[in-house]
Amino acid sequence: MTLIKIEHAKKVFDHTVVIPDLNITIKEGALFTLLGPSGCGKTTLLRMIAGFNSIEGGDFYFNEKRINDQEPSRRNIGMVFQNYAIFPHLTVRENVEFGLKQRKLDKKIIRERAEKYLKLIQMEKFMDRKPEQLSGGQQQRVALARALAINPEVLLMDEPLSNLDAKLRIDMRKAIREIQREVGITTVYVTHDQEEAMAISDQIAVMKDGIVQQVGSPKSLYHRPSNEFVASFIGRTNMLNAELKHNEEGIAELHLQNGFTIPYPKLNHLDDQQVRISIRPEDFIRVEDTTSVDTFKVRIEDSVYLGLNTEYVVSLTDKHHIQVTEESSFDEDLNVGDRVHLTINTNKINVYCADGLTNLSEVK
Amino acid sequence: MKNTKKVNRFRLDIWGIAGLVILITYLLFLVYPVGNILKQSFYTSELGFSIENFSKFFSMSYYSDTLFNSFKVSITATFFALIIGILLAYLFAMFDFKGKKFLRILIIIASMSAPFIGAYSWILLLGRSGVITSFLSRIFGFQMPDIYGFSGIVLVFTLQLFPLIFLYINGAFKSIDQSILEAAEGMGVTGIRRFFKVVLPLLMPTVLAGALLVFMRAFSDFGTPMLIGEGYRTFPVLIYTEFISEVGGDAAFASALAVIAIVIALSIFMLQQVVSLRFAFSMNALHPVGTKKVTGIKKVLVYVASYGIVFTAVLPQLYLVYTSFQNTSGMVFQSGYSLDSYLEAFSRMGNSIFNTIRIPFFAIILVILFAVFISYLAVRRRNAVTSTIDSLSMIPYIVPGTVLGIAYLTSYNTGIGGSGILSITGTTMILVISFAVRRLPYTIRSSVASLHQISPSIEEAAQSLGSSKLNTFFRITVPMMMPGIIAGAILSWITMISELSTSILLYTVNTRTVTVAIYTEVIRGNYGIAAALSTILMIFTVLSLLLFMKVSGKDEISL
Repeated sequence: MTLIKIEHAKKVFDHTVVIPDLNITIKEGALFTLLGPSGCGKTTLLRMIAGFNSIEGGDFYFNEKRINDQEPSRRNIGMVFQNYAIFPHLTVRENVEFGLKQRKLDKKIIRERAEKYLKLIQMEKFMDRKPEQLSGGQQQRVALARALAINPEVLLMDEPLSNLDAKLRIDMRKAIREIQREVGITTVYVTHDQEEAMAISDQIAVMKDGIVQQVGSPKSLYHRPSNEFVASFIGRTNMLNAELKHNEEGIAELHLQNGFTIPYPKLNHLDDQQVRISIRPEDFIRVEDTTSVDTFKVRIEDSVYLGLNTEYVVSLTDKHHIQVTEESSFDEDLNVGDRVHLTINTNKINVYCADGLTNLSEVK
Repeated sequence: MKNTKKVNRFRLDIWGIAGLVILITYLLFLVYPVGNILKQSFYTSELGFSIENFSKFFSMSYYSDTLFNSFKVSITATFFALIIGILLAYLFAMFDFKGKKFLRILIIIASMSAPFIGAYSWILLLGRSGVITSFLSRIFGFQMPDIYGFSGIVLVFTLQLFPLIFLYINGAFKSIDQSILEAAEGMGVTGIRRFFKVVLPLLMPTVLAGALLVFMRAFSDFGTPMLIGEGYRTFPVLIYTEFISEVGGDAAFASALAVIAIVIALSIFMLQQVVSLRFAFSMNALHPVGTKKVTGIKKVLVYVASYGIVFTAVLPQLYLVYTSFQNTSGMVFQSGYSLDSYLEAFSRMGNSIFNTIRIPFFAIILVILFAVFISYLAVRRRNAVTSTIDSLSMIPYIVPGTVLGIAYLTSYNTGIGGSGILSITGTTMILVISFAVRRLPYTIRSSVASLHQISPSIEEAAQSLGSSKLNTFFRITVPMMMPGIIAGAILSWITMISELSTSILLYTVNTRTVTVAIYTEVIRGNYGIAAALSTILMIFTVLSLLLFMKVSGKDEISL
């Protein structure tokens, strides 16, 4: 199994620096996702690993082997493309055999290997068909088998599910995950869909403007986003301005602009300052009985019923709007204009310094 | 990093060499002859640099009138071709009638023959002693209007060229959505008003493109006015006669005329580009216009119009087939039927039949080879060299065939620059190359189109699977481009076998093609042989068309 190490990678397109200085290590056998909005450099980086983009600086390693100067055809990679890139003039079997034939293997071995991978993706029935007779999902399966059949060191997938419809996307990502585990191949996966990234990945690197914002497991990205960008890109969140102040007893408190105060002893060690707080919609809790807990008042501006959850837009007394999610129930009867009381699940909030670039609540 | 650079340079070498070879070929066989024409037109050894040739042309109405004549015939013929072509396409698109497929094939055949063959046949039909003329005057005492001169040229061009408009417009109708017509109807715009207010504006970009093509063909054709024009001389006729005339052909003056022809073609081409930009829009039909059943008098009219037009278009061809079986003696058809004309054609013109297969065949191979490489270089490896090649390859688009013929003759007569190198005049090679150069723009266009259909990620996929760039090119890219290229090549083949304007200048006894042989036999008055050869040429055309349909899997031709 292969470990991918990228040190000080640099990419320049026409005098514009797209990736300034990027470092990533991808563990053996991991499914590693590059996630970010379009133009963040994720596909560029993947294509640098594949060899289709030139490398302007830094070193790329597969295990101990530096691959910077290798032709794509010599890097021993398997690649799956957004538009499938199935060879339309070859049958399904010939597609899978193509890479094996380049390796000048024995005919019998080629046949066997192709059949093995076509079985793995459950396409053996369609072996002798031309690609035009296959659906998008089937073509992408063939592409996966074709990439895996050559026993590549790493598997590179560039938005492989983007051209499929929503339901098929979910089935396919499950299939990809299972096959990847079964084969145990180090995989770099590119997507802009954060839900897909969460569902499929061992590790995710969130990228923006060619810079890795955070690398972590899906869980840590969601619960401890390292900056404001990650917090709002992974899932949804409300960003509120607040003031960090210590009370007479030296306990840190977060003073929201609507007057609500959250005791936050985790940050006792910091000086008083302006901060930004990320609170996910589900971490606001509606409270009927206001005597036992501290609450603040909001007015409902809009609500969307989504089955499992109901999403509300509410206005605070300082006129700011925030999003609140609540599990829906049959008897809920909240209308626009109603006033309700909310409190906050303080365990799950994240506090950032005023520029939003550093997570202060991360336990060091 | 050192290694990377080396690999890059090596890679550039493979494609770089291909690019350089192509560039040199174009410099030798396009830039040099056309440049030579330019030079000749401005520069003579006696006078040095002068514009005397141009002032001679424009100051003497004997010469400049031919330009006016050419514009007059071409514009008139384009106008009528548009009316007939659009009408026929409209009938095909809107109404349901039997035999459409058959008619469509006849139309294509009519469009594929050499125009001068039509001219010659119309002379047999409507000329002074034509069959129809004498029939009418004998039975009804009715005197047919004179077919020679302006009216005859327009008649032949119109019937020859409306099929192109038809094929263009027929394709354009497929992108008009039925709902647009229904919407117009819903607002009370129907029938003829709907045609002019809604349908015609939607067809406008296609109409313009088709009109340009028709105009250019009419403007540059020389066989038709030569045969049927009599005293009515058009510009290509002037160029040809000035160059070829036995009494003191003037190469410098002919070159000046050629330059004028190129300038006109270029201006019209650019004018069309500007105008069509103003009309450009894109349409997409989910439900193309459906045909309607017609009844009563309307049905009769639809049948009469569509069958009538198509029959008139193929009539000259059919009549030639008929006369090819007649006994002849020179220009006079005798009673009785035999295969004598064919026997004579084979015995006297046998080599021309073989040439008609051989020369276009070599040319097609060159065309395919160059088109594949040029389109790949232009699309996938754009740099200064490949962009130059790309622009150069489009020049033949605006250089009339006669002009290219003259350019080749004067440039290679004594080799390049009189050095004896490449003195290929009179060889098969000069014909092969001229055919290839003239057809390349069309094939390049179609292979660029099919290359654009191939996503670069398909090539990257092949590379990721361990295939080298060259292997990928031959195993993946070329096979994927091939169906489109082959189909285009067959169409090129058909136009090559009926090519006259370049080959009439470049042929020798050993390299004359059937088309050239027909022309010379008509001029000599051997009508029997000409008819037999025309029939053979038509059979070639029909067979090639059938092959095209088989290869492309379509019974339609898009140009």
